[in-house]
Amino acid sequence: MNTIGKPISRVDGKLKVTGSARYSAEFDMPGLCYAVLVQSTIPAGRIAGMDDSLARKAAGVLAVLTPENAQRLPGAEKRLSLLQDNQVYYNGQPVAVVVAEKLEEAHHAASLIKIRYSVSAPKLDFVAGFPSSHPGNHNGEPGDMSWGDVDGALKDSDIKIDQVYTTPIHHHNPMEPHAAIAQWNGDELTVHESAQDISGHRAKLAKLFGVQESNVRLICLFVGGGFGCKGPLWSHVPLAAMAARQVNRPVKIVLERPQMFGPVGARPRTHQRLTVGATREGKLTAIRHEVHAHTSVIEDYLESSAFPTRVMYGCPNVSTIHRIVDLNLGTPTYTRAPGVATGTYALEVAMDELAYKLNMDPLQLRLLNYTENDPQTKLPFTGKHLRDCYTRAAERFGWSNRTREPRSMRDGSQLIGWGVATETYPANRRPASALVRFKPDGRVLVATGTHEIGNGIYTIMIQTAADALNVSPDLIDAQLGDTALPPAPITAGSMTVASVTPAIQTAAERVRTRLLQMAVADSGSPVHDASVDEVDFKDGLIFRKLSPNRSEKLGDFIARNGGQPIEGIAHVEPDETLKQKFASHSFGAVFAEVSVDPDLGPTRVRRVTAVYDVGKVLNEKTARSQFIGGIVWGIGLALHEDSHMDARTGRIVNENLADYHVPVNADIGEIDVSAIDIADTHLNPLGARGIGEIGITGTAAAVANAIYHATGKRIRDLPITPQKLIA
Amino acid sequence: MNPFEYQQVDEPATAVDAISRWRGSKFLAGGTNLIDLMKNTVEQPPKLIDINHIPLRGIEQTPDGGVKLGALARNSDTANHPLIRKNYPLLSQAILSGASPQLRNMATNGGNLLQRTRCPYFMDPAFSRCNKRTPGSGCSALEGFHENHAILGASDQCIATHPSDMCVALAALEAKVRVRGPKGERIIAIGDFHRLPGTTPQIDTTLMPDELIVSIDLPPSPYGSHSHYLKIRERTSYAFALVSVAAAIDVDSGWIRGARLALGGVAHKPWRVEAAEAALAGQKLSISLFEQAASRALSGARPRRDNTYKVEMAKRAIIRALTIAGGLA
Ligand SMILES: Cc1cc2nc3c(=O)[nH]c(=O)nc-3n(C[C@H](O)[C@H](O)[C@H](O)COP(=O)(O)OP(=O)(O)OC[C@H]3O[C@@H](n4cnc5c(N)ncnc54)[C@H](O)[C@@H]3O)c2cc1C
Ligand code: SF4
Repeated sequence: MNTIGKPISRVDGKLKVTGSARYSAEFDMPGLCYAVLVQSTIPAGRIAGMDDSLARKAAGVLAVLTPENAQRLPGAEKRLSLLQDNQVYYNGQPVAVVVAEKLEEAHHAASLIKIRYSVSAPKLDFVAGFPSSHPGNHNGEPGDMSWGDVDGALKDSDIKIDQVYTTPIHHHNPMEPHAAIAQWNGDELTVHESAQDISGHRAKLAKLFGVQESNVRLICLFVGGGFGCKGPLWSHVPLAAMAARQVNRPVKIVLERPQMFGPVGARPRTHQRLTVGATREGKLTAIRHEVHAHTSVIEDYLESSAFPTRVMYGCPNVSTIHRIVDLNLGTPTYTRAPGVATGTYALEVAMDELAYKLNMDPLQLRLLNYTENDPQTKLPFTGKHLRDCYTRAAERFGWSNRTREPRSMRDGSQLIGWGVATETYPANRRPASALVRFKPDGRVLVATGTHEIGNGIYTIMIQTAADALNVSPDLIDAQLGDTALPPAPITAGSMTVASVTPAIQTAAERVRTRLLQMAVADSGSPVHDASVDEVDFKDGLIFRKLSPNRSEKLGDFIARNGGQPIEGIAHVEPDETLKQKFASHSFGAVFAEVSVDPDLGPTRVRRVTAVYDVGKVLNEKTARSQFIGGIVWGIGLALHEDSHMDARTGRIVNENLADYHVPVNADIGEIDVSAIDIADTHLNPLGARGIGEIGITGTAAAVANAIYHATGKRIRDLPITPQKLIA
Repeated sequence: MNPFEYQQVDEPATAVDAISRWRGSKFLAGGTNLIDLMKNTVEQPPKLIDINHIPLRGIEQTPDGGVKLGALARNSDTANHPLIRKNYPLLSQAILSGASPQLRNMATNGGNLLQRTRCPYFMDPAFSRCNKRTPGSGCSALEGFHENHAILGASDQCIATHPSDMCVALAALEAKVRVRGPKGERIIAIGDFHRLPGTTPQIDTTLMPDELIVSIDLPPSPYGSHSHYLKIRERTSYAFALVSVAAAIDVDSGWIRGARLALGGVAHKPWRVEAAEAALAGQKLSISLFEQAASRALSGARPRRDNTYKVEMAKRAIIRALTIAGGLA
């Protein structure tokens, strides 16, 4: 089979568009009842009293969980609000749970709970928190890293840029909100959860409730979008399990849209100062990228915005610094291309500013500072074809027709602007396992505990198995999203394909070898007595290579051999020594054309062209969707998304999809994406580096740079709204 | 949401009768605003009187050459009706610039007039201070997030805006709202229908709680296609206006016989600017004339800390809308 790379339609597409794909909240079971969260309405302080008497008496109410009566769960992570004490750390923190026969009854009863607070002065002023900010790390990588002598080089630089770029709080808002159904059977807990990390959540739940991991099962067949917010475990899941234990029935909890703005993560606000030095010819001499980002007062999360600055350009003196500001807000978390999306915005706008100061084409400036090696470690990349991305994208876009002066291009009364930026995302891979099973009915099952989050992994799993086994994809079924299956890593960091496909390939190899060994040993088989090398398995048939016409069907073979499935299981670890030999990153080039109404302000992104170097593309169709989705997010970052916080209370005041703006169809013009498609086999056998996040990186900068080119206005505070453009 | 009673009615008289009996009860039309507000307990009617079965969905030509819009005609049916598209394109444009197709399919003309403000402090009861929701409690927006609040006609009790697009066009078209109460029918001019907040921001309109809107009557319009609805918003579709303008000009070979100008997103009601209309009447079409009209329209503006941009934005929007309406673009 040769399905890898082909534009194969999603195998779950029909289920999704016909509404028959079952999402986590759509499971039903006898006795199911409903839980609703009650949230704090103050940003900091203490619950002084809670009167739940009316709620308890309300129709249908089965239980009210409060800090007074909730099960004690020592050792809970601080970001979890499991009603263990009376403290309030942010507005919107879960402070009680109401369980009722019907959802409406739970809602009503929740509204009857009266809470008295003792309020303390909240920390909500981001900038005022800078003096008391502190360092941190992101996924174990230190926030501060420098090489060379930045101060010295800046002093000697011919040209200098020193600017501050800011990005607002974002909330993830996948179409499917967080949802969980928890059910206890004795000491066994089953949870249907919309999650990006069922194995991780299983481990945490087991620890919290003091049961064996093998006693906890998480199931998640589809994720209706997550964008990072479903990576960590949040309070509502253990709360549902606590409620289920208390009422001794399965309990369902689905967050309301406004509840998506607070207790389940956010992209933190960033303040990024970039100081860039260069020679008159445009060679970078120094970059200092100093980031302030917020976290909650209960747990650190670092938005690693300066990380891309560590790999993007050849520069002898670089300093990347991160400081975290504690605020009385919910703990932030990974949001699509965490750090990189916000960081490439700042870095790539600074590069544009530098190009203008040098009176140089911004693409030329990037080529001039191109690096073949990791600029800090000098290690080679596992594969880097960014130069081809620049060239191809520039040509597709028509970049050579650009006139450099701001406000020099027009279409009628509209100002036209063209901007460019570089994109990047690290290539990650983690250990993963998979099983491949030949079933008595002649079909093949490929399974692993990963997550279908719209990434198309059901389809990719089948393609990988089909090619590894030489079996038509039509004969293969895929299963995922269940901790009863061999475990796979968190679906995040664009690493699912790189991690999971090697495990599938190895498992396929194993089951194939097993089958052939059994076949040659079986006196009833047409390949009896041949050596394993002399026989083959293809299209569901076992045969001798020299006489392919005498073959046996897989199903018949299994039936004759006791009717038991044949299985191969593999656990595959990435080569940890790779990091000592190579740096591994994806890259891309993105060009944007905007039109701006000079009098009224609105910006329209007319077209975007991007070319990516992401290793091998496994499925042209699902890849295209990932790139386009990323670009749409980049446009949202540039022009739309903005969680407005009430400065006094820390409540988000646009906690609904009418007022929290993500781009709509009408905001999106033409999008032209393609990939260089050269396999990076250093990273994994298929040579794929992951594509889920790179599209958002760089895009916001390309749009912002295009707006500058159109208008001559450099707005350094995202999003670039009409009000800022006419100011 | 609180528990509530529910009753269907199928004629205006029963509707009015039912609402007079139940204090605090509400009519349910498309439900696109009312149900949302009930979900977060901003509205807590003890009873909903479902008026969707009352035959008030018609859109008909009136003997004087105007058009009568049934209170229960859906926003999308109104915007797409041939009579409206032909004679009142301004109204059609205004409606179609609002919300989304799904919402417009549900939303009714009567409900649109009565939709409540999008002030976030009004919509979130966790904020205890909101004079509109709880009279006398204060106004959280004054010192809070008020980027999208009023710059005209506000009071120190409330700076909320009326969010409707449709009503801005209705103001420019001098529509009349026909209502029915326990004592029979009366007509309220659109300009008198919505109120300024003053010291009683809890009262949005001059409609009495026991009155039913039966129709919106449009007088014959001399403006036709010399009109334009311009809406500035933070994304291309599905966003409320930062500022909007309904402009209509009665043109006679380059001269303005009469003009109508109303603004949205700037005040507690659709903001008709008669002073600017007067400045336009009898003049020759020109951009500089439009600039004068725009300055005049905003002369009383009192922006706050975070919405000063609206003054300039509104001026520019007026100039643009008049330019397009006048055919100078
Ligand atoms: C996400 C979203 C986005 C939106 N965007 C826009 C926008 O961009 N522009 C815009 O203009 N609007 C917008 N809207 C508002 C929308 O236009 C209104 O919600 C709609 O017009 C209300 O009509 P309805 O029939 O659904 O009213 P309902 O919700 O049923 O009722 C609203 C109020 O009117 C009362 N009422 C209804 N009919 C009558 C009657 N005949 N007589 C007396 N009282 C009556 C009800 O009792 C209730 O108090 C948006 C709404 C939403 C939810
Ligand atoms: S502006 Fe009006 S609606 Fe908004 S908080 Fe103030 S009083 Fe309430």
